[in-house]
Amino acid sequence: MTAQPTSPQFKDNARHALDDAQLQKALGNVRQNFIDRRAAVAAKLPEFEGLRDSARDIKNHTLKNLDLYLERYEENVTKAGGQVHWARTAEEARQAVLDICARVGAKTVTKGKSMISEEIALNDAIEAAGMKAVETDLGEYIIQLRHEAPSHIIAPAVHLNASQIESDFRKHHTHLDPARDLSQPTQLLTEARMILREKFLAADVGITGANFLIAETGTSIIVTNEGNGDLTQTLPKVHIVIASIEKVVPTLEDASQILRVLARSATGQEMSVYTTFSTGPRRPTDVDGPEEYHVVLLDNGRSAMLGTEFEEMLRCIRCGACMNHCPVYHAVGGHAYGWVYPGPMGAVLTPTLIGVDKGGHLPNASTFCGRCESVCPVRIPLPKLMRHWREREFERHLSPATVRWGIGFWAFFAKRPALYRLATGVAMRGLAWLGKSTGRFKSLPLAAGWTDHRDFPAPQGATFQQQWKARRKGRSA
Amino acid sequence: MTARADILSNIRRSLGVTGRERPRVSAVEDRIETAPRGLVVERGRLPHDERVALFKEQAEAALATVVEVETRADVPAAVAAYLRDNNLPARIRRGDDPRLDAMPWGDTALEIAAGKSDGKDLAGVNHAFAGVAETGTLVMTSGHENPTTLNFLPDYAIAVVDAKDVTGDYEDMWAKLRFAHGKGEMPRTVNWITGPSRSADIEQKMLLGAHGPRSLHIVLVKG
Ligand code: SF4
Repeated sequence: MTAQPTSPQFKDNARHALDDAQLQKALGNVRQNFIDRRAAVAAKLPEFEGLRDSARDIKNHTLKNLDLYLERYEENVTKAGGQVHWARTAEEARQAVLDICARVGAKTVTKGKSMISEEIALNDAIEAAGMKAVETDLGEYIIQLRHEAPSHIIAPAVHLNASQIESDFRKHHTHLDPARDLSQPTQLLTEARMILREKFLAADVGITGANFLIAETGTSIIVTNEGNGDLTQTLPKVHIVIASIEKVVPTLEDASQILRVLARSATGQEMSVYTTFSTGPRRPTDVDGPEEYHVVLLDNGRSAMLGTEFEEMLRCIRCGACMNHCPVYHAVGGHAYGWVYPGPMGAVLTPTLIGVDKGGHLPNASTFCGRCESVCPVRIPLPKLMRHWREREFERHLSPATVRWGIGFWAFFAKRPALYRLATGVAMRGLAWLGKSTGRFKSLPLAAGWTDHRDFPAPQGATFQQQWKARRKGRSA
Repeated sequence: MTARADILSNIRRSLGVTGRERPRVSAVEDRIETAPRGLVVERGRLPHDERVALFKEQAEAALATVVEVETRADVPAAVAAYLRDNNLPARIRRGDDPRLDAMPWGDTALEIAAGKSDGKDLAGVNHAFAGVAETGTLVMTSGHENPTTLNFLPDYAIAVVDAKDVTGDYEDMWAKLRFAHGKGEMPRTVNWITGPSRSADIEQKMLLGAHGPRSLHIVLVKG
């Protein structure tokens, strides 16, 4: 579910996030896991950096010819017996989905994980139309029970701990034995599997997103580890794909090049478990698969990004690496960003999608350390794009006075120890000297908001970049 | 204006094009026609035996189990042994792939159900279209021969793959698929499967058997 954006209150959100002990514990999982896994798997493939160039070039080529590739894509979907529904806005996309569901008399709709579904707030629309929408990705299922938005684009429930999930399951799965043991994560998984299995088999319509669309063949691709997307699209009578226009690539080979950097950048796997290429509905001799295949193709402001300085953002393949490596995301989590897309990619995308008046604070949520750009598989210059927004925002005089004077920005990050270490070596040494005796600051000028709550750890005498390098060295040794 | 016309004209306005420029149109046609391979990944470019060994190694790294048999005639016994070893009932479901049909299932005590899965089968057997060595990935194509549901609903998914169908990389596999189905033609689904189903959505701990099979067993036919 997606409520009104709270992006304009980014600073308040961030402050609450820093005070949330459960969240801080859960965020430790992001810091620990994603970074090392990606580095290890990238190091195992000598062509990895070359493939990133290749992925960037394929996306650039496609964007420059997007009109032609979309026409070709639609032609081939139609040839395979599917149907493309073009949607200028979120409203049109929701309506297209609801019309299909109404025509087939759908009662239950299962859903594979889709960020476009979040972007257009599809679940709310389905429920408002009197149908039941069931998220089937484990993380999405958990946050749907909690009526929350995802806090990460590939790990939607990463902000939660197992004990929180256990109490949600107890609250919602009331038909099960209250004395059952759910103390182990496998028990939680098994319970969700059992409950969702019934939903898969009962659903009338299955909705998935798409990681890519292929012009050559009219194919849509989903990438999952759970297999939920496949059950979602294979079992019901109708499969609806919702995808945005920039998802198209020319050929199967082009998709394969990009797939090689997607899983590696996202989860640090060589390849995700299930990569599924779907072309049209069930064929005459098939014994399973959907009878109808629809694609809702959403623009929602993307066509206007072409030809602007934000065009490069349309290369994004939603891998999540930028947030996994972002010190701001590590500190505040995804919900603080206040809308569907968090982290560096969200900071660039959100203002284009919901307006600079609402999303304009997000591009400030950066230390400009450059880590996001250095891991982005399609080499999007995220810090540069954030700077463009800040310049635009400045010109529009939307910035709070403190930001315009450069003070608010500094003060915000000065209060965050993890970010603070990104300051220059000179400042580091100064602060290290100040806090030398105890290793903590009892107070810090301009940073009372932080030191009121706790002591500020003294910097450790090396910058983030230096520590990062040392860590990398330690790992490759 | 329709949404379609509107979106296309917005794209064209942003790009400063009309959609009729000869060089653009032919660049797009060329790319789709020639489908260039892009950057070649060396890992899978190996002679047959090493390639098949890499496939096995990578599939196991993705937590699949692999057993090698000499000929197709050995497959039913290998399937029966796998079920026995896992304390499973001697029962499978499979489609009517002619390669599976030709195997001596009658020599085993296996009970065999035909067709798609209704979600109650413990074990299903499908024949793979190909394997890809670079990541240990199985390539399954949909159809009555090998119903897609058998890849996802049973707790134990068993896949038979011929060693001669193991390609080094995805690109060689696509070439093989185009040869089998025709350029631009695709089966309804092509499933790349790399290991059994899993989720890391609870505290980033990897757990097997999320919605799809808890185990993936590959019977690799050498001859
Ligand atoms: S911006 Fe780059 S790193 Fe971030 S999600 Fe998109 S593709 Fe991944």
